[in-house]
Amino acid sequence: MLKWVLTALVMTIPSLAAADFIILQSTTSTQNSGLFAAILPEFEKETGIEVRVVAVGTGQALRNARNGDGDVLLVHAKAAEEQFVEDGFGVSRSDVMYNDFVIVGPANDPADVTISDSVDSAFQAISDAHAKFISRGDDSGTHKAEMRLWSSAGFEPREHSGKWYIETGSGMGATLNIASSMGGYALSDRATWLAFGNKGDLKVVFEGDPKLFNQYGVIVVNPARHPTVKIQQAEQFFNWILGENGQAAIAAFMLGGQQLFFPNAPNQ
Amino acid sequence: MRDIGHEFLAQSLSKVIPLRPFLPELIVKGVQYRASDQVQLDIPTLSISGRGISVILGPNGAGKSLMIRLMHGLISPDAGQVTYDDLTVSGKGRARQAMVFQKPVLLRRSVSANLKFALKFGSTPKSELESKTNALLELSGLVGKKNQAARSLSGGEEQCLALACALARSPKMLFLDEPTSSLDPNATHRIEAILHHASVLGVRIVMVSHSMAQAERLADEVLFIAGGKLRDRAKSQDFFNGPTSVEAHTFLSGRLVP
Amino acid sequence: MTGFGDSLQLAMGLILSGDESLWAIVFLSLKVSLTAVAIAGLIGMPFGAFLAVARFPGRGILIVMVNALMGLPPVVVGLSVYLMLSASGPFGVLQLLYTPSAMIIAQVLLVLPIVAALSRQVVEELYGEYREHFLSLGVAGVRTIPTLLWEGRFGLMTALLAGVGRAIAEVGAVMIVGGNINHVTRVMTTTIALETSKGDLGMALALGVVLIVLAISINAAMSFAARSSARYAYA
Repeated sequence: MLKWVLTALVMTIPSLAAADFIILQSTTSTQNSGLFAAILPEFEKETGIEVRVVAVGTGQALRNARNGDGDVLLVHAKAAEEQFVEDGFGVSRSDVMYNDFVIVGPANDPADVTISDSVDSAFQAISDAHAKFISRGDDSGTHKAEMRLWSSAGFEPREHSGKWYIETGSGMGATLNIASSMGGYALSDRATWLAFGNKGDLKVVFEGDPKLFNQYGVIVVNPARHPTVKIQQAEQFFNWILGENGQAAIAAFMLGGQQLFFPNAPNQ
Repeated sequence: MRDIGHEFLAQSLSKVIPLRPFLPELIVKGVQYRASDQVQLDIPTLSISGRGISVILGPNGAGKSLMIRLMHGLISPDAGQVTYDDLTVSGKGRARQAMVFQKPVLLRRSVSANLKFALKFGSTPKSELESKTNALLELSGLVGKKNQAARSLSGGEEQCLALACALARSPKMLFLDEPTSSLDPNATHRIEAILHHASVLGVRIVMVSHSMAQAERLADEVLFIAGGKLRDRAKSQDFFNGPTSVEAHTFLSGRLVP
Repeated sequence: MTGFGDSLQLAMGLILSGDESLWAIVFLSLKVSLTAVAIAGLIGMPFGAFLAVARFPGRGILIVMVNALMGLPPVVVGLSVYLMLSASGPFGVLQLLYTPSAMIIAQVLLVLPIVAALSRQVVEELYGEYREHFLSLGVAGVRTIPTLLWEGRFGLMTALLAGVGRAIAEVGAVMIVGGNINHVTRVMTTTIALETSKGDLGMALALGVVLIVLAISINAAMSFAARSSARYAYA
């Protein structure tokens, strides 16, 4: 018995003594769509640095990084990202890629969102019809974008929380699962939507408004705040993903014949 | 159970219990024990010394079990004290005594593991562990079952083992609380034989019994308790021929003792 | 939407094909949870036994507290351990966050009250049976603990099993402190959560089936071992 326990304890040690690695705090959209699985092996092959991805909402990723629990961030909430750098938690930030948000909803489209000519009127249609809208409600990048869109349309949907406006407090996938089973509308990033496997009756009911632009940024966490940050490896990753190879890898990532993320690093 | 060879028993026993010419004295002084504001036991003075077998008799609820528990220091009196060999039984005195309970208490281990456990607590030197275990197995008639789980034994075998475990510590005084109350005659016979030989070698035996016949067979003296008080103490023969107290007289004639 | 039957088929396929990444996940789950239970057992069983036999002021309150902590929400434990192990937390220098060790720590905290509370019950019952006997042998109080633990070994096995069940099925704590990092801290429950969030319900259910089969196997194996040796010892 004791021997077995000791063996088990010893077995846990190799994971501590793993080779060179960095922690990347990122979002569920990049993880769940399969982007990281496609591009990170290239970086690892080039540099020998393993990237360990913690995929949470953008809000939580930023909070974890504020605590120093991560070396690099790859998230999508520009205002919050810039605040993060301004507060001294990040060394440098750069746009890295973009895609867009889409509004998904039941195929029969009870609120007639499809005929809207702008995202503002789409949200208005949902609100007017009191059609079920499933919100992330989790302070993620998508949730922040959704809140921005509601206020641009002139609504405060949280007044209706629990009636037709449903706040799940969970990730994109969980929210889509709920939208699918309740026959509700939801805002999703396109990548997660395309990779999502349980679409059921849902389809894209609105897309294409410039306001639905979804910018991803990459930030190196400030080692001055947290000495445990592996600044050198983090900068290597930062430079790689903004550089030629990283950007090409992002562009090359396809799902079902469709490109999900569009590289737009400024110094290209 | 096969017929017990008394010589064989005595021989096995002598490997565990030395011949003791002198035995310490147990002194009960002013002992009172109360429960829910009622005096359950009240023994102003009592001394037990030398060799022999004392059997405690009395009606149900008289305080017999309570009395040996107090004399073994398992419970503490509300007043007075019990000493053995000038040591309090709740302290060091108890180490020179042992006890066998009405329902045998055995560990969830094999027969020989139970004996070894008891031997170790009797601070038996390692070199004697095996030989003493074997002697106790012979004594309890369990040589063939030494690797069997103790709690899978029959009631009689269990109690023989419990007695062997108690003797493993080579006690100078041994208490027994109705050890044969639920045993068949064979097992009862074996236990009585062991007790007899142990008392001859040098273990003072103090035993609660429910059986008059057992007391007549075994006892050197009888302590008769009723209503929490020691009513009578006499040589066995004298007690059964005609006790001095009214209560014992009533008890012997088979009537309820008030 | 994938039906239950399809998922079952997918599960069997995954198990039978010996899918390497699946087995890596299963192995990590077992490693984390069994290590956590082993550690919780080494602490919780003696502590439970101590609560059973020792008499001290505040014992009653302590027992109530341990019993109450049996229902500790994994997320709360995860969050507390995260705050401890975070780079800005008191134990940040150990750099344990997002490692299996962090997951083990969280699960030890989750399992410890269960093992301690159940051990106390088992030992307390035995103590009632053996107290006078041990006293007669001159052993009392805490000195009876080693013997009582051995005598209660079959009942304690059940306590450990309850701990294994809790640890291996728990997702809230390991998700937070492990980060669900692929090939590093991804275990069965966090994979199930991830696959669910991808809308890959079939895969999620398949893993769920693996988890259930595994839980049943561990229980069956341990209780078979316990029962056959219990029969031997007539516990």
